[in-house]
Amino acid sequence: MAHIQLKNISKTFGNHTALTGLDLDIADGEFFVLLGETGAGKTTTLRLIAGLEKPSEGQVFIDGVDVADWGAAERDVALVLQQYSLYPRYTVRENLEFPLKPKIRRLPDAEIKDRVDRAARTLRIEHLLDRKTDRLSGGEMQRVSIGRAIVRKPRVFLMDEPLSALDAKLREALRTELKNLQIQLGATFLFVTHDQIEAMSMGDKVGVLNHGRIVQTGTPHEIYNNPRDTYVASFVGSPPMNLIDGKLVNGRAVMAPLNFELPFSGGAKAGGATDGRPLVFGIRPEDVYLESGAPVEARVHDVENHGVEKILTLRVGDATLRATVPARTDVAIEQAVRFAWNPDKVVLFDKGSGVSLRHAS
Amino acid sequence: MATTMITPLNTSSRAASRGLSDISIRNLFIIPTIVFLIVFNIFPLIYSLGYSFTDFRASTNAPANFVGLKNYRELLSDPYIWNNFAVTAKYVIVSVVGQVVVGFGTAMLLNRTIPLKGLITTLLLLPMMLSMAVVGLFWKLLYDPSWGVINYVLDLGKFQWLGDPKMALYAVAFTDIWMWSPFVMLLSLAGLSAVPKHLYEAAAIDRAGPFYTFFRITLPLVAPILMIAVIFRTMEAFKTFDLAYVLSTQPSTEVISIRLYKMAFQEWQTGRSCALAYIVLIMVLAITNIYVKYLNKVKER
Repeated sequence: MAHIQLKNISKTFGNHTALTGLDLDIADGEFFVLLGETGAGKTTTLRLIAGLEKPSEGQVFIDGVDVADWGAAERDVALVLQQYSLYPRYTVRENLEFPLKPKIRRLPDAEIKDRVDRAARTLRIEHLLDRKTDRLSGGEMQRVSIGRAIVRKPRVFLMDEPLSALDAKLREALRTELKNLQIQLGATFLFVTHDQIEAMSMGDKVGVLNHGRIVQTGTPHEIYNNPRDTYVASFVGSPPMNLIDGKLVNGRAVMAPLNFELPFSGGAKAGGATDGRPLVFGIRPEDVYLESGAPVEARVHDVENHGVEKILTLRVGDATLRATVPARTDVAIEQAVRFAWNPDKVVLFDKGSGVSLRHAS
Repeated sequence: MATTMITPLNTSSRAASRGLSDISIRNLFIIPTIVFLIVFNIFPLIYSLGYSFTDFRASTNAPANFVGLKNYRELLSDPYIWNNFAVTAKYVIVSVVGQVVVGFGTAMLLNRTIPLKGLITTLLLLPMMLSMAVVGLFWKLLYDPSWGVINYVLDLGKFQWLGDPKMALYAVAFTDIWMWSPFVMLLSLAGLSAVPKHLYEAAAIDRAGPFYTFFRITLPLVAPILMIAVIFRTMEAFKTFDLAYVLSTQPSTEVISIRLYKMAFQEWQTGRSCALAYIVLIMVLAITNIYVKYLNKVKER
């Protein structure tokens, strides 16, 4: 188990910059999720920690030791990849035994058997042990691949989108399993994903990566409720946060191009939100509610029924706004409704930089 | 499956407008090949089987007499013939093992990103493109005891590479290795580059050393294609004639095909040489079958 630290890491491939000035601190026993779009540099970060790539600049520390000169083997990490990387032609058992059998570090046979059986039990693949890996389903393969990581008791687990090739049901099941596994092992996990639901549901901490930079790190709660900038606000959450241009005038939020007003008195609290300054108002769809006497009128553009709730797309002028409402709310497309927001939940962003005013100060 | 593969003829195509149906187009392609095979392969094969039971000599007008299995009986109890087989076996083993070691080794060296990789690979493939007889003549010059380059470079004085009865076979096999290692290299390279890179990374993460990685990942994955190279080279080496014939006249390099040639075209024992050819054919078939069986086993694993 280990504490991972990345200091000012940059990585370039030819003239493509993958990472710039990346700082990351993963505490011992933490489930850290690195969230970002495809190409944001998530996999590169993982490979740097694993020792499969060398940083162009900066240092990687494992338990306070600079591991620049260490190969993948010495770093003692486990890596689970999206494409499973099971060794072909071997059975599941042989695959699980593989990391335990190299001559230099060979464990006694009884110990190997014990560890393999334990891992198989944890991942519920005992019935597959004697099967060839090419005759497994995707979910089974990924379990074996995770099993190969856990037989070894590495210092840190690195997971590169291990669930994204699986179907939805299985993904949900494995998500829970992985989280339980991490709690059970008390291990340090670095989990890379582009799926914000995975990040939110699994992470103790989430780091949002955008174009090779860490934009924000924090607990899922912080990331969700207090995004550092409009990128995080629009990336995290499904449906994403509504972002509306506007400014404050006498304690009211006046949306500039949309021509509607909402009461907002928290300007002073946010700091720096003086009247007239161009702002972006961020409001989560669940904090927008429909009410007969509410201040703004809109038309229902679209209704998505999710069972427990409905996601409405409201049209005001020619702009749209998402609102999550209880499933029993009776609305029809093109119906006129009135809505308001919860002013306490509004996040203010600077129009120019996109940075939240709460983070800017 | 083969029948379902035939695509229906496009009725607006040129072939259709000339009144050619699917079947006539198929026949147009297949019949010449079949005729060629029958005339030049199958007919001689069967005809020589007939001769192998006679005392026919192509050099005389004497009619062929049926002698039953006499030719086979005499050949198989002839110690000289068995000596030829022993020489051939030794030659096959030395040459194929050498080619696999050198070829696979070169492939391992080339299987990484190095500058000018394409050019180096092409240059390494050149020996394979030359004619056997030309290679034989060149190496005869290189091996020459008094002014050959090899003795000069190795400072061996007047060492008789091809004159020494013990050395001659190895010298011939060495030339064969030089010429055909690139072939093994080419196939191995194809096999090696087909091993997914992430497997090596996974092995590195799993803390496997280079030897462990090689024997547990690389070799099992390349084995099937390497086996194919070995089958090809074994069959070829078993049939070697030109290289050995050009390079050396030593009895210690008289592989079975040279014996066969001498028997058929110098001693004109046509019937008996037909029988010998059949013995060789059966042996090659047997060896190949064993290999193919083994190959399928390797593939299944």
